[in-house]
Parts: sequence; structure tokens; C-alpha cells
Amino acid sequence: MKRPNALRWFASLSMLVLLLLMTTGCTESMIVLDPKGPIAEQQRDLMIISTILTSLVIVPVLILTVIIVWRYRDRTGRKAKYAPDWEHSTKLEVIWWGIPIIIITVLGLITIKGTYALEPSKPLESDKKPLTIQVTSLDWKWLFQYPEQGIATVNAVNFPEGVPIRFEITADSPMNSFWIPQLGGQMYAMSGMAMTLYLQADERGEYWGSGANFTGKEFAKMYFDVKSTSQEEFDQWVSEVKASSPALTLEGYQQLAEPAASDVKTFSAFPEGLFYMTVTKYASSHNHGLSWEDIQKIKIQE
Amino acid sequence: MAQLNDSGHANQHVSSSDHHDHPDMEEMRTFGFWIYLMTDVIIFGTLFAAYIVLQGNRNGGPGPEELFQMGGIIASTFILLTSSYTSGLAVLAMHKGNRQALMGWLGVTALLGATFIVLEVNEFIHLVHEGATISTSAFLSAFFTLVGTHGLHVSIGLVWMIALIIQLAKHGITPVTKRKVNVISLFWHFLDVVWIFVFTIVYLMGVR
Amino acid sequence: MWENVKSFASEFFVTGDPLIYGADISIVLTIIGIVFGLTYFKKWGWLWREWLTTVDHKKIGIMYILSAFLMLFRGGVDALLMRAQLAMPELNLLAPDHYNQIFTTHGVIMILFMAMPFMFGLFNVVVPLQIGARDVAYPFLNALSFWLFFFGAMLFNLSFVIGGSPDSGWLAYPPYSERMFNPGVGQDFYIWGIQISGIGSLMTGINFIVTILKMRAPGMKLMKMPMFPWSVLSSCIAIIFSFPILTATLALLFLDRYLGAHFFTLDGGGNPMMYINLIWMWGHPEVYIIVLPAFGIYSEIVSTFAKKKLFGYKSMVYAMMIISILSFLVWAHHFFTMGSGADVNAFFALTTMLIAIPTGVKVFNWLFTMFRGKITFETPMLWTLGFIVCFLVGGMTGVLLSVAPADFQFHNSYFLVAHFHNTIIGGVVFGYFAGLYYWWPKLFGFKLNERIGKWAFWFWNIGFYACFMPQYVLGLMGMTRRLVTYGWDKGWWEMNLVSTIGAGLMGIAFLFQVWQIVYSVKHLQKDETGDPWNGRTLEWSIPSPAPYYNFATLPQVSSQDEWWEEKQRREREPLSLAPPKLEPIHMPKNSGIPFVMSMFWFAAGFGFVFDWLWLTISGLVGVAVCMLVHSFNYDTDYYIPVEDIKRTEAAIRG
Repeated sequence: MKRPNALRWFASLSMLVLLLLMTTGCTESMIVLDPKGPIAEQQRDLMIISTILTSLVIVPVLILTVIIVWRYRDRTGRKAKYAPDWEHSTKLEVIWWGIPIIIITVLGLITIKGTYALEPSKPLESDKKPLTIQVTSLDWKWLFQYPEQGIATVNAVNFPEGVPIRFEITADSPMNSFWIPQLGGQMYAMSGMAMTLYLQADERGEYWGSGANFTGKEFAKMYFDVKSTSQEEFDQWVSEVKASSPALTLEGYQQLAEPAASDVKTFSAFPEGLFYMTVTKYASSHNHGLSWEDIQKIKIQE
Repeated sequence: MAQLNDSGHANQHVSSSDHHDHPDMEEMRTFGFWIYLMTDVIIFGTLFAAYIVLQGNRNGGPGPEELFQMGGIIASTFILLTSSYTSGLAVLAMHKGNRQALMGWLGVTALLGATFIVLEVNEFIHLVHEGATISTSAFLSAFFTLVGTHGLHVSIGLVWMIALIIQLAKHGITPVTKRKVNVISLFWHFLDVVWIFVFTIVYLMGVR
Repeated sequence: MWENVKSFASEFFVTGDPLIYGADISIVLTIIGIVFGLTYFKKWGWLWREWLTTVDHKKIGIMYILSAFLMLFRGGVDALLMRAQLAMPELNLLAPDHYNQIFTTHGVIMILFMAMPFMFGLFNVVVPLQIGARDVAYPFLNALSFWLFFFGAMLFNLSFVIGGSPDSGWLAYPPYSERMFNPGVGQDFYIWGIQISGIGSLMTGINFIVTILKMRAPGMKLMKMPMFPWSVLSSCIAIIFSFPILTATLALLFLDRYLGAHFFTLDGGGNPMMYINLIWMWGHPEVYIIVLPAFGIYSEIVSTFAKKKLFGYKSMVYAMMIISILSFLVWAHHFFTMGSGADVNAFFALTTMLIAIPTGVKVFNWLFTMFRGKITFETPMLWTLGFIVCFLVGGMTGVLLSVAPADFQFHNSYFLVAHFHNTIIGGVVFGYFAGLYYWWPKLFGFKLNERIGKWAFWFWNIGFYACFMPQYVLGLMGMTRRLVTYGWDKGWWEMNLVSTIGAGLMGIAFLFQVWQIVYSVKHLQKDETGDPWNGRTLEWSIPSPAPYYNFATLPQVSSQDEWWEEKQRREREPLSLAPPKLEPIHMPKNSGIPFVMSMFWFAAGFGFVFDWLWLTISGLVGVAVCMLVHSFNYDTDYYIPVEDIKRTEAAIRG
């Protein structure tokens, strides 16, 4: 009867490997554990803390399982006690109602703190003014509008390092989820709403983002390039786009919104209030989460 | 314990009645019906929740204050309340063993229920003529579904009640028909309570 | 005319994919084979009398389990196709449309048409025997539940060859599942397949609550009931509170699609997020509905094979009831990323973590049932041990996912995929297998071959870890779920390849199980004792397979492990030979109505799917007529005379 044990070892071993991978984050490709911004970094820390806390119970229990199964297996001449009617011990039961309660309390407190600290719509602390980028999930591409710069891009987003980015996210398509793993967690892209997500890149570099919620046929092509550069490079890129790219017209947007995958594109301008139009197109009742500029526009219209 | 030991397990059981394995079959069925009603409460609860979430979403279409004609609604409310009362009278007649009165009151209840349905269908037709259909707005989708589901329940109850009157004529008051009358009267009171919520949340609070 | 037929057929049947033509041919061949076999061996009458009209809970249970196995095969083939497509980057084995259909049907089938019927099958075969009852509370309703499930599942599966499969994921989030983005009939198959079988599930929930509360043998107080019926009770309570939400929600989605209502549409003021809330208010309890009975099974098995009383009985009961209630308070953890704000997320993160406490207590109690026991390692016990390890890992990652801000990174990634397979395969499937191996001798009167069973166990386990541990890593690499393919540049291919190999191992494991059954039937070694595992509860006190009335005389219960205690008593004091005093047994009569009525439901559903009003109306009228016929039928039961009982008992006890 050696085999059940082999299983146990196999499992604990694979757990250990997983734990090791998670805590060291050594492998290049496990990008979630290789954060490049403050949000992703705090989220990574939370993952590690919670892994350690839960391991405090799980690992001893796994070891205990091995010991119990080994010691109390049925064989001739074993010395371990056999007590067929032993079925209750208040002391023991208090212990194992108690241990998980303590661990969960600790983890719960950490989680509550983290939930408020990392609320996606909370502005990041920074002495720099946040840059607003408006994100629209289309079938099957991402449209990025830079209201302050007046340019737009498809399937690529650039921004300066060290500056908080205020993403305003909506959809003109089925619900999607906006995700740049190395900068921080997701936010749903929902039509009729503009969701806010603050992210920031601490270093220059090229990352990628994706749509994480299934939206149909070409869903697997909804990746976008993410590039964080120096402020100067960013400004230069903006003026290049303005000089060399075509403008996005309303008609152009309607064509762009047709269901199809798309390459990277840049536009030197976009129709005034396009994002606001997209958000309010479907639902007049819950158009919350619009940026200050958009609210101004609503007021003007009224 | 001693008794257990001396006769052994398999041949232990001594029964006092010959219906020992189903002493209260009819009671058990009534109990099951209570649980069914609980599940129906949740269905209606879900529809009410949907209505409350969506009632403001008019999509530029008409709202409750323009659509609802409270006169007809109040009339049908009274009719349904009365039918609940007459179904109670039916159960009382059953307990007295008066089959004729029982069938009579059930008949009256069914008639009142049918009137309620006619009024409701009438209201729906009126709404559709006003251009307020299920596909006009989220508010109207939720309205028609909630009120219509209640109406569907009442209609099914009507068919069931007529079937029961025929069965009473055939079999008289037996434990089985007794349970069936009890169960349908439960169902009827339940629909009445649901209607009170519909009346309050949809109509009264709508036209307020 | 001919042209019309041809164009109709090309719309009606799914065309253009060799895989599907292959399936078409094999389905037709199988049907022809079955029809031919039944006719040749003159078995039609037998089929009708013994199976299609039966109200015997044991036979219904067997039909449930058989269907579950067929569905496990279909869902498993789906899984293997997906894994094959993902084995390497940029493969083109499945087109995106086809892939999307396959992950949708895989999810729906595995949860609703494999796990649920497997569970109901075990409820049916075990619960009445364990509580010393002769049948369930409502045998007619029980048969109706089964046939509704069966025809619902058939309707859903029909979409594979007719009209096209649904492709919007197992929970069919709108607006993608609305007509605007999903005009085909697949989504309607989804709605009606689930709706029809869901009504059956709801009725089973009611049925078993009443059975357990009202039909226990004399002397069996609730706190003396074995643990499995307790788990069934907690699961059924969750069923009756959650399934109505599913019914209502799918009805609303159907109204959107069929009548152009605006519950979850983008336009007209609809609110898709409401669907996501509602569906998870059912969906989260649903996963506890299927795992709680597995917990009950493990409790029975651990105690039997450690030859020791279950440790901490009361704790176990409370833990299950707490889980059952908490399962209704956690739904929003499936969409922390919806932006509901920190208050909402913090609340649902906390309630989710709370579930870890009673679950942890249960694991401790199982361990301490083994502590000071005498453990043997027959296959049911092996699956239980495999479960404990697997579920510890799955439970741990579950707690990780409940940390709301961290979930922003885990959400919709392969980390999540790995987690729920970890708990559903490791918790639910392992549990049902354990239960099937454990109660198989009671069902059929012989044990399954242990040697092949151990091969199957090890293939399942090693395959499982090989398949899903890499998926945790893939999640951390940023791979999201429901991707039809991925590029070489992402660095995901090694892990995906390992995962595919693991899935293949599980496929082989399934073949071992089929072989195990065939082999065991061929080399049949009948179990004469009725108690092959030295069991502890009442089902082992009667012969295997149990006679149709279960207990010739109803047992008088005085303790939790009644049969174990009884065996001890008999050892101390040999059984007195006084023949049991028999009485006529009251039994329900067979009925064809459940089968016919479910066929009408099937027709109505099919009519709704294709918008053929004549078929819908005739189907619904048929349903109503069936109900009335049943209502007017007062001849629903009979008594078995004492002579017959004596003859049957003499025959099986030899």
C-alpha cells in the first residue's frame, strides 16, 4: 500500500513548486508576478501574502494527511491504537474551528484594507496630473481616445511613465474586460457605462493588454500593445500622430465598429464627444462614471 | 434496548396500523405543496426585483401614470380578494361535509377568477392599442412579464379548479379530494397575496 | 419543391464540418442499432414496462447515472477537442465558431447534464435505502423529474446536429447571448434544454426534502441520520431556493429573444448586468449543490473504510448547513471587476472567505475519522483520499481568488479555470466516482474490478494534476479563458502542451472505467452478503440488489450507524430465528405519463427554438392533457400481498 503516499508526495511537491514560482516570481513569462506599476505590485503582494497565510493551514494538513493515512493503515501487527467508537473531542473541534477562523480573520482584514486601497476608481497619489485615456471595446478591437491630446489609436496605447493614467472604459459591443496584466487588474468594459480604472507604469517598456471576457468570434485577437515612454517621447509621438495620421470621422468610427479584427491604427483626431455618444447610446438611465469633460458637455446640451 | 436485543434487527418492527409506511400520505403531499409555494415565491421575487430595477427605464415610451387606469385595476383587485374569500368558504363547507356547497363555492371562486382574467386581458389589449407592448421599453417588458406571470398562474388555477369540481362530483369528499381542495385553496390564497404586492408595487406606487 | 427541401435541410441541419458529419453518422448508426436490437430481441415491451414507465427510485437512479456517463463522454470529448486545439500555438484544428460552441457545450453538459444527473442518480439509489424507506415521497414526480431532465438534455444535445450549438459560454452572458449578437437557434436550444431539465431538478429538490424529513424509518431522529442524507438535505435546500431564480432568469432571456422584450438588451433600457447578478445568484449555490452531496459520500466512505465512527458528527451537520446558507451570500465574487465599489466587493470577499471555515472543519473531521482507525484502500477510499489532497489545493486557490483586489488579476484567466476544475473534478467528480464504486454492489449485486479501478484512479489523478496545475501557471502568465488560440510570442505553449497531455491521460482513465465495467460484468462475481464493504448504514442490511420494495419489514433505528451496531449486537447475541412478521406493502403503480409528458415538453421546447407555433402549442396542450389525465387517475397504488414478499425474500436470500 505505498501508492496513496506517492500521490500525496506528488501533490505536495507540485504545490511546493507552485509556491516557489509564486513567491520568487523568477520566471520571466509569469507576467502577473512581474509587475511594472504600483497597482500590479500591490496586487502581487496581496497574492503572496494570501498564499503564505493559506499555506499555514494547507501544508500542515497535507503533512498530517500523509502521517495519518500511513500510521493508521490496516496491517497485521501494527502498534497504532484502534478506537472504533472515538468520535468526539470538544478540545480538538474547538481547535479546528478556531484555526481557520483566525486565519480568515487576518486575511479578511488584509483583504478589506486592500479592497479600499485598490478600488480601481480611486485616483493614484502622485504629484503629476493624471492623463485621461478613453477606452472603447469594439467587436473585436480596442479603440483608445486621448481627449487631452485629441488623438486616437486602435489596438495600441502609449503613455508616459510615472504618470497616473485614468482609463475610462466602455463598450460598443458585448461586455469585455480590460486587462494589462503587468500594470494591474481588470475592469469590465460595459456599454452604457464609463468605468474608471487608474493605472500607472513605473518604468519605460513594452507590455501587452487584452480583453479578458469572451465577446465572440475573433475574441482571441483582442490584444493591444502597451508602451510606456518618457514624457518627451510621448509628446513627440503625439505630434507625429497628429502630423501623419488620418482623422477618425463619425463615418470612420461606424466602419471601425463593424465586427472584425483590426491591426494597429492611429488617428490624428476624432469626432467631438464620440466617447460620450458611445456611452449614452444604449442606456439613458445609468450613464455614470463619465469624466469631467463629458459632464461639462451634458450641461452644455441641457 | 433489551427489547431490541432479544428480537434482533430485521424482524424487529411491529406495526400498529397497516398503513405504517405512509401514515400521512395526503399530509405529506400538502407539505410538499408548501415547499413548491416557497419556490414560486422566489420566482415572483425575481420578477419583482427585475421590475423594480427596470421600472425607470422607459426608453422614451409611456410610464405608469399615463398607462394605468386605476378604476379597472381596483375592481379586479376586489374581485380577486372576494374569490379568495369564497375559496375559504369552500374549504369550510368541505369540513362540514357539504359537497354541494363545496362545489358551489369552488364554482363561484372559478367564476370570479375568470372575471379577473378577462379584465386583465382587456387591460393588456388596451395597453397594446395605446402602443405599449412588451418590446416598447424595459419597464413594459418587466410589467407585462410580472403581471402576465401572475395571470398565467390564475389561469392554470382555473383549469385545475374546474377539474377538481368534476372530480368532487365523481368521487365525493374523500381524503384525496380533501387534500386537493386544501391545496388549491392554498394556491389561491397565495396568488391573492402575490396580487396584493403587484397592486401595491406596480400600480399604486406606479401612478403615485 | 426539391430545392425547397434542400435549402431547408441545409439551414436546419448543421453542415460543413467533417467532425459533425462523423458524429451524424455514428448517431444514426447507434439509433439504428438500438432499434434493431430491441426489435430483434423482442425487448420493446420490456423497455416500456421495466424502465420507461418505472417509478422505482433504484431504476430511476440507474437511468440517471447511465445518462450522466453518456454525458460525461460527450463533455469529455468536447474537453479533449479544446485541449487538442490549444496544445500548440496557432493551431487551426477548430475554427473559432466551432471552438466557441464546444467550450459552451462542455460547460453546460458537465455541470447540468453530467454532475446534476449523476448526483440525482446517487440521491435516488441511496437515500431511501439509507433512511429505511420504501421509495421517495413522490415516486410519480420522481419519474417525471428524470424524464424532464432526460428530454431537456436531449434537446440541448440535438443542437449539435440540428440548427447549431450555443456559443456564448455556459452562463450565456447577455448582451452577447441576445438576438442582436446571437441570432441563431443555438441559444434557444440552450434556454429550453436547461429550462426543461431545470424544472425536473427543482421537483427533485422538493421530493428529497420531503423524503428525508417525512419518510425516515421509525426511531431515526434527524441527528441519527447518516451523513449522506444530511448532505442531500442541505443540497436540496439550496436547490429549492436557487433553481427558481434560474427558471425566472432564463425565462426573461427567452422573452428578450422571442418577443423582443428588453430585460437584458443593450437597447430599450435593458440591463445586462442584472442578468449577470441573477444568474450567479443561482450559479454559485449550484456549485455547492453539487459538491455538498460529494461531502456526504466522503463522510460515509471514510467512516466505512477506517472502520470507525464518523468524527464530529454534529460539526459536520452544522458545517454543511452553514455552507448551504453562505452559498447564497457570495454571488458577486464572480464579478469583482464589475466596478460595484469597495463596499460591495469587501462584503462579498468576506462572505466568500467565511465558507473556507466550515469546509476546513470538514476536512479536519475526515482526517480525524481516519485517526485511530483501521484504514484499507479499496477504490472508494482511494478516490476519497485523492479528493482530500486535490480539494485542499482547490480550496486554497479559492481563498486566493476571494481576495477581491487580487482577483482583479486572477479574474477570467486560466488561474480561475484551473481553480474551478480543481474543485469540481477534485471535489465533485471524485466524490461521485467514489460513491458509484461504493454503492455499485448495492445496485447490481457485484463489485467492480479493483485492479482496473486502481489503474483508472491513477490515470485520473496524474492526468488531473498534469492538466490543471500548468493552467494555474498559465493564468499567471496572463492567458485568459475562452481563447481559441494564441501566438508563439506569449510563451504559453509548453504549459499548454503539458496540460493537453494531462487531459489525454484523463481520457484514457475514462476508457479504463468503461473497461472496468465491461470486465466486471463479464467476470461476474456475485456478492451474496449484501454487505461487501462491512458497511455501517441501513442500505447494507438488505440483499443486493435490493428487492423492489427495499425492506420486507421496516427497520427500527436506535443509533447513527444502525447496521454496524446491529452487527455488533448479533455477534454478542445470535439472531433469533423467529420469522419476521410481514405485512402487505403499499407501493406506487408504474405510469407512462412522466415519459409522455416530457416528450410533449420536448416538442414544445423544439417549437420554441424554431418558432414553430403549431408545435409549441400542441406540445403545451399535450403537457396539460397529461397533467389532467394524471389528476383524474385515482388508481395510482397497490399492495404487495404477504405471499409475494415471502416468495421474493426466499428467492434472494437463498
